[in-house]
Amino acid sequence: MSDLPLVQADRAVPPPVATTTTGGRGRRLRLLSRTDRVVIALMVLVPLLLVVALVWLPALATVALSATDWDGIGPVSEIEFVGGRNYSDVVNIYPPFVPAVQNNLLWLAALFVVATPFGMFLAVLLDKELRGTRFYQTALYLPVVLSLALIGFVWQLIYSRDQGLLNGVFGSDVDWYGDPDVNIWAVLVAAGWRHVGYIMLLYLAGLKGVDPSLREAAAVDGASETSTFFRVVFPVMRPINIIVLVVTVIESLRAFDLVWVINKGRNGLELISALVTANVVGEASRIGFGSALATIMLVVSLVFITVYLATVMREDRR
Amino acid sequence: MSTTAMMSRGEEVTAPAPARRPLRPARVLLHVFLAAVAVSWLFPILWAVLTSLRSYQYTAANGYVSLGGWTFDNYVTAWRTAEFGQHFLNSVYITVPAVLLTLFLASCVAFVIARFSWRTNLILLGLFTAANLLPQQALLIPLFRLFTQVPLPEFMSDSELLYDSYWGLILVNVAFQCGFCVFVLSNYMKALPRDLYEAAMVDGASVWRQYWQVTMPLCRPALAALATLEVTWIYNEFFWATVLMRTGDKFPVTSSLNNLRGEFFTDNNLVSAGSVLVAIPTLVIFFLLQKQFVRGLTLGASKG
Repeated sequence: MSDLPLVQADRAVPPPVATTTTGGRGRRLRLLSRTDRVVIALMVLVPLLLVVALVWLPALATVALSATDWDGIGPVSEIEFVGGRNYSDVVNIYPPFVPAVQNNLLWLAALFVVATPFGMFLAVLLDKELRGTRFYQTALYLPVVLSLALIGFVWQLIYSRDQGLLNGVFGSDVDWYGDPDVNIWAVLVAAGWRHVGYIMLLYLAGLKGVDPSLREAAAVDGASETSTFFRVVFPVMRPINIIVLVVTVIESLRAFDLVWVINKGRNGLELISALVTANVVGEASRIGFGSALATIMLVVSLVFITVYLATVMREDRR
Repeated sequence: MSTTAMMSRGEEVTAPAPARRPLRPARVLLHVFLAAVAVSWLFPILWAVLTSLRSYQYTAANGYVSLGGWTFDNYVTAWRTAEFGQHFLNSVYITVPAVLLTLFLASCVAFVIARFSWRTNLILLGLFTAANLLPQQALLIPLFRLFTQVPLPEFMSDSELLYDSYWGLILVNVAFQCGFCVFVLSNYMKALPRDLYEAAMVDGASVWRQYWQVTMPLCRPALAALATLEVTWIYNEFFWATVLMRTGDKFPVTSSLNNLRGEFFTDNNLVSAGSVLVAIPTLVIFFLLQKQFVRGLTLGASKG
């Protein structure tokens, strides 16, 4: 895998432009000296080696381990192949799994149905050349620079049972982070708070890139502002829409920091990412079992990553 | 609300002098709405700052919905008990090399992708970009094992392993962040005029010189935007530092937050002072380099 570019570099194909102007296959190669070829190979191989070794090989290893019963301690030679047993265990005899899937889906739904449209709506409002727009924008995307772990702490000041603002104002006695009936919602408010600013930023850039003549043409045709947006502006922002969709899905799948700082993803805050981590660094290290959970995450994310890559690469070719 | 706000735009076209335009009710409503949203978005941060400046005794006696008890002591106590000095230093040790290395390696790959039109370039771009988007937790098990097996000489890390060393964290951050930078930089470099390279080749410039002396100087705006973004991201990185570090005083700031929770458990005023301290570097970057930050994010989304 890792030597692919080197092999390809040796039978490099000249770009179409070069073919027509200079003619002859391999012309570009002859322009590259031996040193140049070594330099190019190094420029590609060093970073590639790092990414393959620390990202892609671990990803493959995760998939492979998910079909074994390795406990992480015994010698590698004693690893036994158990087929799909880990997967059936995950689904059937692991109580936190179902709540984790539900919470991940809830996370996705909350970001997708509430935070993303709200961020888009704010972007549309801020796209009008308003006075003070800088202030509004800054306030909205300020949370984006904070880490999600830190956001967990900032919101604790509002949610804490004894010292929190919410209970102080309403005189209630709810443990917003601790009560398994409400804590996922409390966390989603904090996650959404950050997500709105991010989405607003992406759409604001997208809206700036929309050809103004499209809007003018729609206005001449007598289309209302709202229908112009939904029928003209929104469809031409298709690439941004897909990126936002993928960002939202990936963010909800990767959600981790926030619940980990609160209670390590237990007691109402189960997430698949936290379960994987707990199975590895926690008291019981069950490698095969944790890998099955991790593989589920990988597969779901790869579907959306493929959609994303297909979109951006198609844009690329235009 | 939304329709009234949106209506005003249609009228805007007929009023060419926006500065002297009289304020219409729809526009006032729009400002009121946006101001309300902006203030409520700032509120959690302002509340943290406010809480951090009040003494625990005062808020314990009078509740948090009160005014008074102003003090700066929380910051002093938080700084001392949580050893923020050491943790900030750790963050610097990890963030600075990781960002420099990410930008260097990513720009190399991006240059090859943009400069030559080989069939493998698309695969290469896909491999890097997808690596940035994979859920990190899914790779934890093999990486954790790998890091506990790879030895380092003692002068590099007192753990004598890649696990629990700054080197390990730097490498893992570079591997994950490269993808995003390769993606942004290769798009940026593709937009540069190709004549530059023709001219450089006529002058006999080697590929390395074309990269270092022709392409890189022209990429300064993109590199500045990416550097800003990557500093923030790597500084904020929580997961890898939490699982790949063990020694308490080697944790970078963001993941040392977890200790802070244990130490300050009963004192929210201290928690808020600690949170503000952790947020300060990112907030400074944000206010000083806001343009770079925003451009970095949007460069990644809508190409160049």
